Amino acid sequence: MKETVLEVQAANETAESILKLKDVQQQIDEIKSKLESLPKTTRENKLSMIVFSGDLDRVLASFIIATGAVAMGMEVVMFFTFWGTPVLRDKNKKAGEKDLMGKMFGAMLPKGACSVKLSKMNMAGMGTAMMKSLMKKKNVASLEQMIAMAGELGVQIYVCEMSMDLMGFKREEMIDYPNISFCGVAKFLEEAINSKIQLFI
Amino acid sequence: MSEEIKADKVMDLKGMPCPMPVVKVSKGIKEIQVGQVLEAVTTDPGALADFPAWARTSGNEILKTEQGEGTIRFYIKRKV
Repeated sequence: MKETVLEVQAANETAESILKLKDVQQQIDEIKSKLESLPKTTRENKLSMIVFSGDLDRVLASFIIATGAVAMGMEVVMFFTFWGTPVLRDKNKKAGEKDLMGKMFGAMLPKGACSVKLSKMNMAGMGTAMMKSLMKKKNVASLEQMIAMAGELGVQIYVCEMSMDLMGFKREEMIDYPNISFCGVAKFLEEAINSKIQLFI
Repeated sequence: MSEEIKADKVMDLKGMPCPMPVVKVSKGIKEIQVGQVLEAVTTDPGALADFPAWARTSGNEILKTEQGEGTIRFYIKRKV
């Protein structure tokens, strides 16, 4: 009699633990499927940079950091927006038809990397000219050279479509750069989320 | 006296300022085999800090650093 009771108890316990196990298994499956549906947000060995400034000194610093980062084994993405946009114009290219505002912006903003000015001590262009000759003397690469080197190293450049449109720049007046494309803020944010370093210059 | 390190490739980076030495060396190291040694000579004083930082990040090893008259000589072993 006593033995039967014990057997029944044991059987009950086994049934209970099987139920519990099933429960645990179900929870594991749920967590697994949730994990799989999560967006990929792992940070890559990447540097994302916004180049907002159109000043010679700042843009030069951006390219020094960019080429240095490639040397350190990082992937580099640069986003040119607002005042940074005209730095990527090609001085030898014609833009075609533009409206009045587009023509005005085109004439007033620098046409390419060779005509950007220092943020300080420009002194009507004298300061910038002095800095450029000093850079040459000291063997520091010019902005044009840095851009060419960045292209060679595989630095990806994105240009803000909205800035282009606002200032009336056309795609055909931008420099021939191996990895250049045009985008909006979402593309930058996607890259920034996955980057270890993000800079705004 | 430590024994001479035999370099498999020599790079003359004299007169080049930042970021060129590190950019050139990161390219040059790919032209030798893993286990081989790259010798790089630079006049950039910043390289004293930059080269070790680059080596740590890229996973290569600086075997020896020699400072001469205005020059710095690095012996870098390609490890990856």
